[in-house]
Amino acid sequence: MSTTTLTPNPMVATEATAERSSLARDTGIVLMRELRPMLRDPFSLIFGLVQPIVFLALFGPLLGGSLAGSVPGGSVWQWFVPAILVMTALFGSSTVGSNLLYEMQTGAHERMLVTPLSRSSLLVGRALKEMVTLGAQAVLIVAVMVPFGFRLYPAGALLGLVLLAVFGIGLGSLSYALAIAVRKQDWMFWVVQQTFLFPLMILSGMLLPLESGPGWMQVLSRFNPLTYIVDAERALFSGELASGGVAWGALAAVATLAVGLAVGIRGMRRSAG
Amino acid sequence: MIHTEGLTKDFVVSRKETVHAVRGIDLDVAPGELVAILGPNGAGKTTTMRMLTTLLAPTSGSARVAGFDVLTQPGHVRRRIGYVGQGNGAGHNQRAADELYSQGVTYGLSRADSRRRAGELLDSLDLAGKAQRKVTDLSGGQRRRLDVAMGLMHAPPLLVLDEPSTGLDPQNRANLWEHITAMRTAFDITVLLTTHYLDEADSMAERVVVVDHGEVIADDTPDALKTQLAGDLLVVIADEPDGAAHLAHIVERWEGATEVAVTGTRITARIANGTTRVAELVHTADAAAVGLADVQVRRPTLDDVFLNLTGRSLRESGTENEEVAA
Repeated sequence: MSTTTLTPNPMVATEATAERSSLARDTGIVLMRELRPMLRDPFSLIFGLVQPIVFLALFGPLLGGSLAGSVPGGSVWQWFVPAILVMTALFGSSTVGSNLLYEMQTGAHERMLVTPLSRSSLLVGRALKEMVTLGAQAVLIVAVMVPFGFRLYPAGALLGLVLLAVFGIGLGSLSYALAIAVRKQDWMFWVVQQTFLFPLMILSGMLLPLESGPGWMQVLSRFNPLTYIVDAERALFSGELASGGVAWGALAAVATLAVGLAVGIRGMRRSAG
Repeated sequence: MIHTEGLTKDFVVSRKETVHAVRGIDLDVAPGELVAILGPNGAGKTTTMRMLTTLLAPTSGSARVAGFDVLTQPGHVRRRIGYVGQGNGAGHNQRAADELYSQGVTYGLSRADSRRRAGELLDSLDLAGKAQRKVTDLSGGQRRRLDVAMGLMHAPPLLVLDEPSTGLDPQNRANLWEHITAMRTAFDITVLLTTHYLDEADSMAERVVVVDHGEVIADDTPDALKTQLAGDLLVVIADEPDGAAHLAHIVERWEGATEVAVTGTRITARIANGTTRVAELVHTADAAAVGLADVQVRRPTLDDVFLNLTGRSLRESGTENEEVAA
């Protein structure tokens, strides 16, 4: 035993503030806790940031060759860069549940459930972490692509990121809800996640334009919320702030968020059982 | 500090099967007490702890913890308890000091207070050099001490530990206990813990609550439980078998003597306050001209208490009953 003296009661001074708990404060605490391991480990940070660039560098030139002229709007990069951002958000957000699964298995999640943190902050704080990463990735992608002829419309790009964040938090919440639902058979998480991820991605026209696909695919894509997000992002990153596609995209994002939070917070409340 | 009335939890497994994990537990813990809940796996220990820490809603009954109702005022309860669960409270990809800091600000400590407090706790739990280590890089014993530090960050009046020493080797267990008892004295906190280690409950707890099949079957100090429910084990070795049989006949007629048995020259019997009867035994043997080779009085263990209460040994029981909702 060391002989360090312990402060008898650190709560005395803070008792009054401790009784209060605000969603914003709690969310901030959860977000910072999630960000810290990444900031402490520069390697994971660099890999995380570079990943979409690698994808862009390998996929872009192929697209340029096969889609030249057929891409709506003309420039391949203008069409493809927003899609890469959506894809990054999609992959990032839909997999966050696996981190929660891990913390449910080790016991960290249970410990946090016994703290006064609001249940929604446990969800939103975690989902926000992915959006912070996305913001950093977006800045890097744009910085790298501008020299290759990508035109940046700052207002549109900013709005595009906000829209994507709204969608991403909603999708992240659904991913957490899935993790909580399958916590006793954890392998199911990846089965379900992959089953949804790929059809959603392909049927959104994210990587390949659906205009050349069969009619049934085009019909299905109209029922995919991600289609509207992708369309809205393409419009916003081309500076078309007032287009109808943006309104539909915003609606799809807000709907995803509402459903995600409703399902996710309900799951979080029950996650101790 | 804790007051429960008829605390009950049923788990509906399927339409036909309901597990009655906890069946009407009445428990009172006064401030400053160190109480161990002892019982086999599946006895309902963990389920009880989870209800007391607001993780599970009781099916019926009520519980007040640190002055507040667990069901209607969970936020108030959460602010006043420290919890060390069965798993690792500290996130595995986090650094030790970071997790302590997050825990501190969570409970409303200022950033500076949180950092200072984290440092103090790391020092007093012998983790000073490990502050910047990742939790995965800590040994099992170090991780457990970190969990205890997490539970103490906000100096709660009540510390709840669910099987704190399970999975640790004897040396690490002893070390963890040294720290828990030191912290308890330093902060004047109430401690409630579960264990299935008999020796641990015996040597550490001031009060043992024995649970089995979701019910409290005994509740007292370890010594009182042993005296009331088991009695001392008297072991006498006589010179020759006939003398042993003769002596056994006499002991059988003693007040309070039970389970008298003879094997060859060896007589065993359960008897309350065995040490006070040794002189009488020697006199009796002398008068009956039975030579004695050896006389021993063994204090019973808590396992003897459990055996007496349930007819099963705690060491063997419970394996067929998996803990529900672990």
